[in-house]
Amino acid sequence: MTKSDLIEAIAKQQSHLAHRDVELAVKCILEQMSQALASGERIEIRGFGSFSLHYRPPRMGRNPKTGDSVALSGKYVPHFKPGKELRERANRGIQKETPPADPK
Amino acid sequence: MALTKAEMAEKLFDELGLNKREAKEMVEMFFEKIRSSLEEGNQVKLSGFGNFDLREKKQRPGRNPKTGEEIPISARRVVTFRPGQKLKARVEAYAGRE
Repeated sequence: MTKSDLIEAIAKQQSHLAHRDVELAVKCILEQMSQALASGERIEIRGFGSFSLHYRPPRMGRNPKTGDSVALSGKYVPHFKPGKELRERANRGIQKETPPADPK
Repeated sequence: MALTKAEMAEKLFDELGLNKREAKEMVEMFFEKIRSSLEEGNQVKLSGFGNFDLREKKQRPGRNPKTGEEIPISARRVVTFRPGQKLKARVEAYAGRE
């Protein structure tokens, strides 16, 4: 599913809203989430999961072309931890396809 | 302090003029559509933000940390998030810690 599929799916269900409004709303939500992370703020959505930043310490890297060492500074990377409902529902998919192995 | 659904709905109300109920439903539906896509086994790609992928994990040995008893962790499907280039670049620029 892509962003436009997501907009489409919501618009179908919210037929009283203009398609354009749904598109703007989805973009607004994503921008607000990106902005929160870019300013070091966490995101917490019950039943979905939480986003936070993880620190990556400085390290020596290599230029793959020349083999030269380059110092890379520390940085933050976004991290997502799925919430309980999302974990259970994502996993339910596979359980339907392959029944759990018999416990011996 | 963390960003929550209530704040997201507030923003839709302020900036797009959705009424409070519509704004709340919109935020709810945004996350629900992503959950149901993943439940159906389909990855979700949100360009500029990142991808929610599914990974199959094989059964592996585990342990009850309280009792020390060995119990296998069953095979399962898990959700992983891979931030996109744009989000990574924006977050990397964040330098100040408290």
